[in-house]
Amino acid sequence: MDTIYLDNNATTRIDDEVVEAMLPYLTTYYGNPSSMHTFGGQVGRAVREAREQVAALLGAESSEIVFTSCGTEGDNAAIRAALKAQPKKNHIVTTQVEHPAVLNLCKRLEKEGYTVTYLSVNSQGQLDLDELEASMTGNTALVTIMYANNETGVIFPIEQIGHIVKEYGAIFHVDAVQAVGKVPLDMKTSTIDLLTLSGHKIHAPKGVGALYVRKGVRFRPLLIGGHQERGRRGGTENVPGVVALGKAAELAQKHLENVAQEKALRDRLEQAILATIPNTVVNGDYINRLPNTTNIGFKYIEGEAILLSLNQYGICASSGSACTSGSLEPSHVLRALGLPYSVLHGSIRFSLSRYTTEAEIDAVLEILPSVIERLRALSPFNSDDADWLQEQEQALAVS
Amino acid sequence: MWEYTDKVMEHFHNPQNQGAITEAEAGTKVVTGEVGSIACGDALRLHLKIDEETQTITDARFQTFGCASAIASSSALTQLLIGKKVDEAMTVNNRQIAEYLGGLPEEKMHCSVMGQEALEAAIYTYKGIPLETHEDDEGALVCTCFGVTDNRIKRIIIENNLTTAEQVTNYVKAGGGCGSCLADIDDIIAEIEEARLTGVVATPQPKPAAPSAANVIKPLTNLQKITKIQQVLEEQIKPVLAEDGGDVELFDVEGDTVKVILKGSCSGCASSTETLKFAIEATLKDTVLPTLTVVSV
Repeated sequence: MDTIYLDNNATTRIDDEVVEAMLPYLTTYYGNPSSMHTFGGQVGRAVREAREQVAALLGAESSEIVFTSCGTEGDNAAIRAALKAQPKKNHIVTTQVEHPAVLNLCKRLEKEGYTVTYLSVNSQGQLDLDELEASMTGNTALVTIMYANNETGVIFPIEQIGHIVKEYGAIFHVDAVQAVGKVPLDMKTSTIDLLTLSGHKIHAPKGVGALYVRKGVRFRPLLIGGHQERGRRGGTENVPGVVALGKAAELAQKHLENVAQEKALRDRLEQAILATIPNTVVNGDYINRLPNTTNIGFKYIEGEAILLSLNQYGICASSGSACTSGSLEPSHVLRALGLPYSVLHGSIRFSLSRYTTEAEIDAVLEILPSVIERLRALSPFNSDDADWLQEQEQALAVS
Repeated sequence: MWEYTDKVMEHFHNPQNQGAITEAEAGTKVVTGEVGSIACGDALRLHLKIDEETQTITDARFQTFGCASAIASSSALTQLLIGKKVDEAMTVNNRQIAEYLGGLPEEKMHCSVMGQEALEAAIYTYKGIPLETHEDDEGALVCTCFGVTDNRIKRIIIENNLTTAEQVTNYVKAGGGCGSCLADIDDIIAEIEEARLTGVVATPQPKPAAPSAANVIKPLTNLQKITKIQQVLEEQIKPVLAEDGGDVELFDVEGDTVKVILKGSCSGCASSTETLKFAIEATLKDTVLPTLTVVSV
């Protein structure tokens, strides 16, 4: 059975060219880039080249790129650095739909004495910029907002946000882990001060990422150690990972030109699902969305059951349902959208990549209707008119 | 990804007895038991058809909204129930559902508890006992996220020998939302631990005034207790002993003291007798009643 991988917002396949680029640094070129001999020095050159490749993807200068181990490290380093740079301010603005790397850090910072505003989103998953503006004060040190949401793919109006942030003199951090490689970025014309990206979302291996730090923004390292990364991140470089990230960035930039094809396949999948399977809805802003992501609510059934049914056919997707997370509560993102419970628990995310083929989409479309039909036949809530469902919704409305 | 057994996946992909029972023939009664809700993410409506003369469950069907293990647990429950007398069915508990499936991941035990609760709701309906008097729903609300009372938490702790708040969350979801009641759950566990240590009856006391539902199911009558002990000895303990050439017979039950006769190679060795006594006791405590002690006669 072939795997049909539609879970690219979770992680991606490593590009063959990326593997090829990194392999010599796992075998022949094992030197330390900090060494004074030629053997190490040639490795240092590879790291420099990778830095230029990542900078080119972001429209940044290579001195503005700090290599990290992952997106979570990038977010932690950026947020901590922004706060340390402004010790007199203690207010942070973020959103309710951030990745846990930002959200849980903000919760921790509240315990450390910071005040955090968590901006709400509407039923489309979009922010209200008036709410943002109303929350800003002269005491706001940092605004940290994701570029695009990992679950719904909803893209925030980052530059409009950035202009408000700059009016109040705060630092602007953007977690762009899901956006990099899918949306063109140009730091030269941007309001972003700090930007996080992760390798394994753009066809590089796990264990490497990067942080963009705008020239002139005061930075304090999270990892204190050697002079690597110009003192901004101690620790011997993950050279094969860094080289891989460089190559992946180069390929991502090329692929940006073809992203319309990915979007066409996503639209085809989405449209056909909505047309052939009743009681399905697309979650989140239909227009401002990543080209590769669709989050679809299949009413009256539960996400884990859908995923495990698809898994039988080798189809990989993901769900924000409670049962898949082990947390007993459905995804904080879908809850923030205020979706009805009949949709919330049965929401499935399909996320495509440049490798996704038309044949794969067709295969999913062939299997999915029967999977949904089978589970709905098992469910006591098989329509909005189901008596038990109505009773419960009335009870919820009262409470 | 969850580590589900093959049996769970089999019952998920090919569930048995799905659907509703809408018609009762003459001499039969159809009842349903409902638990869970769309808000919680899982819900089960169990349908039972009971032959009134023989008091036998002739058909059981389910409708389930939930994950793979919720669907598999529902399917397993109906398989366990069909053909059983009503009083016999009343003793089916969540562990039997989980065992039938070759086990469930700890975090998914609440799916088996949902089965047990739907069964109770259906049988209460059959016996005409108003569900409002169900002791679990009385008492103080501990977990407001999932609407779980202290009585329900106590019961699940005792019945499943739970020792941590995390386990309680896995079994009845309490504490799995905002987490603000986890400290209260710890207190309840400590209270029961103490009751266990001091030998005080650890089961929640049935309300003396009301002829309540509690009396129907708990505490066990002597006959129910002896039947269950006998069943556990036959099904779980004897096969293990037989592998080493040993055997055990139930001699008598006085209160919570279970008197057994050890036979075969078990009886020859003093130290192994002591070990064995504790092993049997642990199993019986675990499966029948936490207050039981075993003596070899």
